[in-house]
Amino acid sequence: MGQHWANLLICAGTGCVACGALKVKAALEEEIKKHNLQDEIKIVLTGCNGFCAKGPLMIVYPDGIFYQILTPQNIPLLVEEHLLKGQPVKDLMYTPPGEKEPIPLMNDIPFFSHQVLLALRNRGLIDAESIDEYIARDGYLGVAKALFEMTPKEIIQTVKDSGLRGRGGAGFPTGLKWEFCAKAKGDIKYILCNGDEGDPGAFMDRSILEADPHAVLEGMIIGAKAIGAHKGYIYVRAEYPLAVERLGIAIDQATKYGLLGKDILGSGFDFEIEIYQGAGAFVCGEETALMISIEGRRGMPRPRPPFPAHKGLWQKPSVLNNVETFANIPQIILNGAKWYANFGTEKSKGTKVFALTGAVNNIGLIEVPMGIPLRKIIYDIGGGIQDRRKFKAVQIGGPSGGCIPESLLDIPVDFESITQTGAIMGSGGMVVMDETTCMVGIAKFFLEFTQDESCGKCPPCRVGTKVMLDILDNLTSGEGKEGDIERLEELAMTIRETALCGLGNTAPNPVLTTIKYFRDEYEAHIKEKRCPSRSCTPLLKFEVNIEMCKKCGKCVKVCPVDAIAWEKKQPAQINKEKCIYCKTCLRTCQFYAIE
Amino acid sequence: MSKLTVNDLKKIKEDYQSIFTLRGGSYRAKVTIHMGTCGIAAGARKVMNTLMNEITKRNIKDTIVTISGCAGLCSHEPMATIELTEMGPVKYVDLNEEKIIKILEQHVLSGKIIKEYTLIE
Repeated sequence: MGQHWANLLICAGTGCVACGALKVKAALEEEIKKHNLQDEIKIVLTGCNGFCAKGPLMIVYPDGIFYQILTPQNIPLLVEEHLLKGQPVKDLMYTPPGEKEPIPLMNDIPFFSHQVLLALRNRGLIDAESIDEYIARDGYLGVAKALFEMTPKEIIQTVKDSGLRGRGGAGFPTGLKWEFCAKAKGDIKYILCNGDEGDPGAFMDRSILEADPHAVLEGMIIGAKAIGAHKGYIYVRAEYPLAVERLGIAIDQATKYGLLGKDILGSGFDFEIEIYQGAGAFVCGEETALMISIEGRRGMPRPRPPFPAHKGLWQKPSVLNNVETFANIPQIILNGAKWYANFGTEKSKGTKVFALTGAVNNIGLIEVPMGIPLRKIIYDIGGGIQDRRKFKAVQIGGPSGGCIPESLLDIPVDFESITQTGAIMGSGGMVVMDETTCMVGIAKFFLEFTQDESCGKCPPCRVGTKVMLDILDNLTSGEGKEGDIERLEELAMTIRETALCGLGNTAPNPVLTTIKYFRDEYEAHIKEKRCPSRSCTPLLKFEVNIEMCKKCGKCVKVCPVDAIAWEKKQPAQINKEKCIYCKTCLRTCQFYAIE
Repeated sequence: MSKLTVNDLKKIKEDYQSIFTLRGGSYRAKVTIHMGTCGIAAGARKVMNTLMNEITKRNIKDTIVTISGCAGLCSHEPMATIELTEMGPVKYVDLNEEKIIKILEQHVLSGKIIKEYTLIE
């Protein structure tokens, strides 16, 4: 029998698996067998394809046709029509919001066509558990070049020239970091990968580790040669079981092929990698805490200097880079610094991976060139705001970041511009919020997170964030006082200046940026005891505004406790004794008539 | 599994070339077999299988094969359309296993259209 004429690439990232991708795969296998096509068509499980909102999804090659939201029930029709008779099934394709005609080809869909894939170049394209498929996509050729054709100095120079900056958040130049460590004295050095991703709504590292684990291993081997390390650790949360499993498979395969271990590719260079599973403490993403955690102690930051490049893991010179940073390295080595520096802006080179989530239509994992306007990400790639609501803010950088308002949507996405707004680039969380989100509430949400995750070592973070949180609690429950905003600002500045580590230093950012751009909302909470986005329950009256009520009766139908009375052509009335304040009516009313 | 050398890496890459040509890579030739009910009844699947076997046997890596629905000329099935990057599409009609091998040899591999098998207006 000949080779397969078609490949079906099913996304098997955590998101799609949770939506039933494996059941779809089983149904496909059964149906394909039924039609005796098993020798003609190959099914491949890939890592995250990126378009998580539409999972489970599948791409049919050779044509590159994109199928979305598949269920096992769709499969018999799909196999018969497309794979047997050559007629792609329109009903299962993607149709942009508000349009009628579907877009058959993946590369024509705006979500994909505006992206530039460097770190994610293999996403949704290779079997994440096959080292051969990775190698077939130029895999480990970067290692071959680094080990046989380049000196450590040349590797570092290439990475420096490429302009690559750390993708974990702060954006420190990677080549410079490597140079510090390479120059540090010591015979034992370590190279570490930070996969302790913990920002709410962020899943960049997980997706890379699940989709293309070998790219991270390859980046680490190249880094090891550059700084002279022979042992590496990947710190990844235990909550990422699939990422841990695929990393384990990748390390085993690479070791069997002699790409890890002694005498890699016969070059004489030795390097091995161990996975260290973290227990899920957010603070362990901080470099010193991460190293202390690997040493087996409770993960808490320590003051710097000494910097890890001189005294890191077990007091030895160490380099810690983010997952995405490492995933960029092989291509930089293979294609050269100039090639990489072609992407991006003057000071921020290359691309950035974001986890786009929240109120946009197209939730998913994206990679865009640095310098792309924020508006393009949200409207062209993200497909705009769900349910035709209005955009309000986008939160970038997770709990360390901030909220950027509509007026700044045309700024380019690069390290400098984002920092100027008061947010930070961060590791790539991008949460879009619509008009129904209360900005005081969102500041409180992020502060609750950092407060909870504060390790407690330094008082500014331990006590300061708690005091700030108490004030926000008061605001959202109608007990705000004059002067609260100023108190928040003062506390924020003090914490920022005095906290021990990045977690504390940046914890006030969500509060500061929301005060900066949405001060009127804070004031409304304090002076009028009113929540403009009608989101803080204690500030709501749960009354129908008779002037605005269109008497449609929609609220009556959705009320779970029958607390709303209504007769045709009459405004609705809420019975407060029965009402459980669930806000279902509020969300349903299109005329904002419930206050 | 033995330890690899740099040449082994390149060999693996070569072995997989046809798979990644298929998965959205650039190809030199594309063969579309028309697989409507009429095509299948006339033996299109046999033509397809023969073609795939031949492609494997000859280790051709820059050609992809796909299927499409009925082309509208049911009486001339099985049919195939050949597209080379340097040439417009050419439709072949009334195919059988023998003809598709000849088309592969002469048109797909050497760029010579076999006029007597093509669709004559």
